[in-house]
Amino acid sequence: MKILVCTKLVPDTSESDVSIDKTGKDIATNGLKFDINEADNYAVEEAILTREAKEGEVDVLCMAPQSADVVIRMALAKGCERALRIEDPRVNVRNPLQAAKVLAAAAKDQAYDLIFTGCMSSDDKNMSVGAALAEELGMNHAAMVKHVEIGDGKVTVQRELEGGLLEVSEVALPAVLSVQTGINTPRYAPVRELRKAMKKELKVVNLDDIGVDENQVNEAGSKVELLKLYYPEVISNAEMIEGTPEEKAEQIAFKLVKGGLL
Amino acid sequence: MDFSFTSEQLALQKMVADFTKKEIAPIAQECDKSGEFPMEIYKKYAEMGLHCPLVPEEYDGAGLDMVSTVIVTEEISKGCAGFASAIAALELACSPVIAAGTPQQKEDYFAPLAAGGMASFCLTEPNAGSDAGSVQTRAVREGDEYIISGNKRFITNARFADRYTVIAKVNEEKGTRGLAAFIVEGDRPGITVGKAEDKLGIRCSDTSEISFDNVRIPVSNLLGAEGDGFKLAMGALDAGRVLCAAMSLGVAQCALDHAVEYSQQRVQFGKPICANQSMQFTLADMATEIEAARQLTYYSAYLMDQHAPNAVKVASMAKTFASDVAMKVTVDAVQVYGGCGYVRDYPMEKLMRDAKIMQIIEGTNQVQRIVIAKNLLAGV
Repeated sequence: MKILVCTKLVPDTSESDVSIDKTGKDIATNGLKFDINEADNYAVEEAILTREAKEGEVDVLCMAPQSADVVIRMALAKGCERALRIEDPRVNVRNPLQAAKVLAAAAKDQAYDLIFTGCMSSDDKNMSVGAALAEELGMNHAAMVKHVEIGDGKVTVQRELEGGLLEVSEVALPAVLSVQTGINTPRYAPVRELRKAMKKELKVVNLDDIGVDENQVNEAGSKVELLKLYYPEVISNAEMIEGTPEEKAEQIAFKLVKGGLL
Repeated sequence: MDFSFTSEQLALQKMVADFTKKEIAPIAQECDKSGEFPMEIYKKYAEMGLHCPLVPEEYDGAGLDMVSTVIVTEEISKGCAGFASAIAALELACSPVIAAGTPQQKEDYFAPLAAGGMASFCLTEPNAGSDAGSVQTRAVREGDEYIISGNKRFITNARFADRYTVIAKVNEEKGTRGLAAFIVEGDRPGITVGKAEDKLGIRCSDTSEISFDNVRIPVSNLLGAEGDGFKLAMGALDAGRVLCAAMSLGVAQCALDHAVEYSQQRVQFGKPICANQSMQFTLADMATEIEAARQLTYYSAYLMDQHAPNAVKVASMAKTFASDVAMKVTVDAVQVYGGCGYVRDYPMEKLMRDAKIMQIIEGTNQVQRIVIAKNLLAGV
């Protein structure tokens, strides 16, 4: 089974606060730490688990600058075989359809049976790249996947729905699965594997290498224009609850029930 | 000059930083309160193969150089210096085996460690702390065996160890040249682990008394030759000092990170306290001192890797400077936190308590200054 997992580098907001840059249309990257998108970390694990259950190989694909090599190497250390990094400043990465077009161009000749993505990136939160990638490649798609079972020419997935419901679906291969966090427990790579990972293939390509017309994927070619980023005004609606601990607890419970939160 | 890490070191740093953030840091406060070592987390860490960083790969160690070991040690110390000190002590125990062990001794010693076991370095005694030459534990040869008797104190990992590296006296007349290093398996009859110390800091690491009462070991458990004990112990401590400097860095950096964050959140007189220039100066000094300590520590690790003649001196300098910086920075960080720095609901007081031991272990900073001065004043 030939498997691909797509990963994205996102700001690690647990390490530092995000601020808006001078253009007002992007975040200031100075001083920010970046890490693998959380859902993608689960996607990497699911790809490797699938490979371990069914023979085959896993490639990892990432569109990011060189600083992403650290997290790519970690994916290789965990068990991915090869890596491809797309680095090209012409790509409008904020537009998920354009990003998917680039990823699809890199993946299209490899005849993947299964492609894993995270269900959502923690920075842009479009939840669209997985579906758009499937569309570009003419593959089937399932989103918010919580469980994967590989069958003969198909995959049975459990999808997480609103209200705690789970849906079971059969999806014909080839398919793109956008996995939800918590689908597995991502492993830590042993140091021995990390050392081996440093010798695995990590190829870097640009738009020209993968035959993508820049006009289709650059900012000018985007049908969505980002106007501005801003912080909403902070309005303090805090209500101080007075009384003994028991009285406070009772009042909080009352307010939660009244507000439909319990 | 190249100050940059290799791509493998960067990946290693990231890997350990992730582990620290997800596994060690969340349990650090609780383990500090309970004084219990997080064995489950240790086992997970061992699965990554990083619990024996300097042990060669052929014996299932990580096979890291000293610079990479410092990277790893700094990172885990940001999560919990107690956890890191257990790993550093394990490395201390392994060091004489790496230096002088035969292939068979290495195989026997490292096999249980590869499976997630622990090791313990038994040098310190009630009357032999900084003065390591005053060791009273004796090893008497009888046929094909040595019989070891004596009491050791302040022994890290004593309660959990599968293997002990024991420094004992084999010749009363020869002083430090009468010491030898032995491998003692944890299941030998006559070993008793005594009182666990109730410590100020690094509370989750086990520090206990241990007694050897006529413990019989085969002569094949002697590391090197009789008389090599002091040299092997000092060699272990030289490396241990670099790791102590790395732990100090981790503690200090963690304190600074918290202090910077808190100073931006804490509002007094209508503005964050970091808007006050005096606060900015405090944070700037902390950061500068940490960076200076980091450069000295990594330089020291580099010299160790090169087996440079001045490696021992610089290791003492790094240990002294970095631990003094950790102490100062954590005290300053408590001050940044104000009253919140003094209570256990916040991380700062633990960091301050953890920092103190770094000025004491692996030879007090006063002993380090003696080592440094001896290098400066040869012949005095």
